Amino acid sequence: MNERPVKLACRHVWKIYGPHPERLLANGAAPTLDDIRRSDHVGAVRDVTLDVREGEIFVIMGLSGSGKSTLVRCLSRLIEPSGGEILFNGQDLLKAGAAEMIEIRRHRMGMVFQHFALLPHLTVLQNVAFPLEIQGIARDVREARAREVTALVGLKGREDYYPRQLSGGQQQRVGIARSLAVEPELWFLDEPFSALDPLIRREMQDEFLRIQNQLHKTIVFITHDFDEAIRLADRIAIMKDGAVVQVATPEELVLAPADDYVAAFTAHVPRAKVVTIGRIMTPGVAPETAGSLPASARVEDVADRIEAAGLPHAVTDAAGTVIGHVGARAVVDVLIGRGT
Amino acid sequence: MMGPQALPGPYALMRPRALLWPALFAVSLLLALLSVQIPAWLLRPPPTLMIDLAGATSAAMKWLVEDATFGLFTVKEATRAIATLVEVPYDAARILLVDGITEGKGRRATTIVPPISWIAVTAAMVALGIYAKNLWLGLLIGALFLYLAVFGQWESAMTTLASILIAVPMGVAGGLALGIAAFLSPLFNRILSPVLDLMQTVPTFAYLVPILFLFGFGPVSALIATVIYAMPPMVRITTLALRSIPPELQEFGRMVGCTPGQQMRKVLLPVALPDLMVGVNQVIMLSLNMVIIASMIGAGGLGFDVLNALRSLKIGAGIEAGLAITALAVALDRLSQALAARSGQGAVVTGNWTRRHPKTVAVLVLIVVTGVAGLVLPWVQTYPKEAMLSTRTFWSDLVEYINVSYFDQIEAFKDAILINVLLPVKRFLLALPWVWVLALATLAGWQLGRARLALLCLGLGLFIAVTGLWEQAVTTVYLCGISVIIAAMIGVPLGIWAAANQTAGKVIGAFIDTLQTLPSFVYLIPVIMLFRVGDFAAMIAVVLYALAPAVRYTAHGLRSVQPELVEAGIVCGCTRWQVLTRVRLPMALPDILLGVNQTIMLALSMLVITALVGTRDLGQEVYAALATADVGRGVMAGLAVAAIAIIADRLITAATARARARLGLAGE
Repeated sequence: MNERPVKLACRHVWKIYGPHPERLLANGAAPTLDDIRRSDHVGAVRDVTLDVREGEIFVIMGLSGSGKSTLVRCLSRLIEPSGGEILFNGQDLLKAGAAEMIEIRRHRMGMVFQHFALLPHLTVLQNVAFPLEIQGIARDVREARAREVTALVGLKGREDYYPRQLSGGQQQRVGIARSLAVEPELWFLDEPFSALDPLIRREMQDEFLRIQNQLHKTIVFITHDFDEAIRLADRIAIMKDGAVVQVATPEELVLAPADDYVAAFTAHVPRAKVVTIGRIMTPGVAPETAGSLPASARVEDVADRIEAAGLPHAVTDAAGTVIGHVGARAVVDVLIGRGT
Repeated sequence: MMGPQALPGPYALMRPRALLWPALFAVSLLLALLSVQIPAWLLRPPPTLMIDLAGATSAAMKWLVEDATFGLFTVKEATRAIATLVEVPYDAARILLVDGITEGKGRRATTIVPPISWIAVTAAMVALGIYAKNLWLGLLIGALFLYLAVFGQWESAMTTLASILIAVPMGVAGGLALGIAAFLSPLFNRILSPVLDLMQTVPTFAYLVPILFLFGFGPVSALIATVIYAMPPMVRITTLALRSIPPELQEFGRMVGCTPGQQMRKVLLPVALPDLMVGVNQVIMLSLNMVIIASMIGAGGLGFDVLNALRSLKIGAGIEAGLAITALAVALDRLSQALAARSGQGAVVTGNWTRRHPKTVAVLVLIVVTGVAGLVLPWVQTYPKEAMLSTRTFWSDLVEYINVSYFDQIEAFKDAILINVLLPVKRFLLALPWVWVLALATLAGWQLGRARLALLCLGLGLFIAVTGLWEQAVTTVYLCGISVIIAAMIGVPLGIWAAANQTAGKVIGAFIDTLQTLPSFVYLIPVIMLFRVGDFAAMIAVVLYALAPAVRYTAHGLRSVQPELVEAGIVCGCTRWQVLTRVRLPMALPDILLGVNQTIMLALSMLVITALVGTRDLGQEVYAALATADVGRGVMAGLAVAAIAIIADRLITAATARARARLGLAGE
């Protein structure tokens, strides 16, 4: 994973609201939370530095008011950051002019919104085709493309419905289809499933993973739901009071929380949901194996298979080379929380 | 001080405050009784204080019209250009609906192409009704237009309709443009919003005076006045509608790379369309109201018929024209409301243009066919005179019968109210020293809104004093005050009833809706028939006109009390009466106050119009100024009315905000 190139990076990004944010940040200063408060400013995003790599699902997790929504709007430059750099394919977005920004958004970025943000006066098809219409693409071309993406999200046959005739889950499918219509390189999802019922939410998460397996987009996904974060993320950034507390894989977060705040989130997460077999395997090649599994597989997903087999399974790295083996006992240790 | 101290906490502070206003009232009564002993300069603003603002305004206007120049062109040329801009489409609309294309002038004019026939116009309206909602609406509107033809009001009605057809698109377009500008530029919004406040409080008549001066007497002036008068709500609604679009939708527009123009055209305006259509309905109704009033400066049409009938006391003709206005108002209101409800609900229809617009095609065909047929068969072109019905004599006889049979009763009622209510209140208010009244207004401002509101009340009061309109202003306050109190006394119980009983609610709602669609002028007709001229007649007209908001806001306020609170009351063992008085009415108080506020605004605007039935207040000032084209006088009187309106509005708004804060209700 770490070899993949960086798609989006932010360097010391700040967003401070108040009368004179520039004074607080003058000459590269890094004011503390107290400095900001004492001067009657609000630090919505504080000194955030992140790398989002190509093809990964990068989740930004935080409770309401932690600054995650502001941060994603800084990354897409919907909000002008008070300071810092945002590098998209190495180019600083904050230096891009208005026309250039329009071009980048038209062709290379997509965004899904918490409350869907569908245009009520347009049909499903017209909504999905809207980003293409804005670019001036001919009607038949854009509608053909819109039909494709609408089918991709499972709404074939509802092209002529209006948003008000759809359920919340279906509306968000339209939102997802619309953001994919331009084939963006970078896909922002701002709490896309928070407004949905728990059952629908789960279904939509599966749907989202299915689509991502097909498309391999670079994704920045915002959520306040820690379960959702560990379910979907390759890596998670946890935010508190505008700052990033820890960036790690779900497994590292659970096994090695950076502080008490992160630990409070991870305390009740079943280890099997996050621990990979790469972590619990015994290095070296086993004499006899029942089969092989990738090191990145999570214990929860393969426990049944390992337990059912009489022999250990071989564990392979991303290249397919056998790097170790794992047996039923190691799995049971994780499942019942023994000796972590 | 013993009593209050015995009470705990906040009551200790409330008690003396509750006594303050009754005490002040007692002092006022005493002052009024002793007014003979009070020196004149305390009783009325002394002449030394007065500033000739009216003269200065007149002089400025005169300079503007005669000498002012924008460098390349003079003001006179600019007004001419604007007049032409309005005149050309207006003439076109008249050609279509009233005159046709003619050759020659006056009596010898010969028609080359006739106007659109009554059959085609009625059919077009039916088609619009069906398009907007359903067949029933189409039939209702068709019946109303048929009424205009059958009762011989067609030509006047079409003249009025032509004015509206021109004024409404201009008002809507202008309102949209200003509203969008205010949405995009906070600075522009800050400049515009007090101007709009003022425009909405200055009475209708007062608009007419400067416009008469700038553009002269005639339909063009009337149209310009109409557009200016009807525009402010559209501006407000546009800004509000755009602001209330969810921020996510705006972000979405930017994220897909909309240019600012695309953002407005393809995202914001379409999303705001249903709200904007509410604004269009407002513009239509206000335009109709103003077009009728603007008959004073030459608008012609139905308004002119009413005015003529009022002036010469032709009872039957007045009622007939009044009913025609009512028919037109109801038709336009229902149609535009249905169109507003329809927007954003369209279904996709495919096919070529004729397939997609069958009704438009049918109407166009009908226009041509009836136009051609009308050349041979005159009744197709113009509704035949022989088939017209006239209700004039019926109405005259009816009113005469009422006046002959019930003269004594009506007179006795009128005199009783005049002698026991109107005159004492008038004498009391006029006997109060101006300094005292000013002090009371300032104190009220201080209590409700501290320094800012106190200064506003003081400043506006002083403005009235220095313009030398004190006495007229007090007369205005007296008539308006009594009318509002009576309107509230009728309206609030009606509202309570409407909220309590569904059937009653529907009937009252329909009645109030119709009252509100009627142009203010129409109210004068029945009043003048029964009560002739004077303060009493004016009061009745004002009460009728201003009743609607008191009813509507009360019913709305009572209905929107949280059900849990009502349930809590019931569970506590409240009787129905207790639920009403202890739970619902207190919670609905902010809404009721808002309704009273609206009632005051409507009463003030109607009061000015009642100058026609001979009141002696600021309205009469404006009316007199209109008759003599005295700009300064008209503008000052108009601004004085606006000053009263603003004081009342700000005080009540502050009181409402307090009530809301006390009840813990969110928002404004």
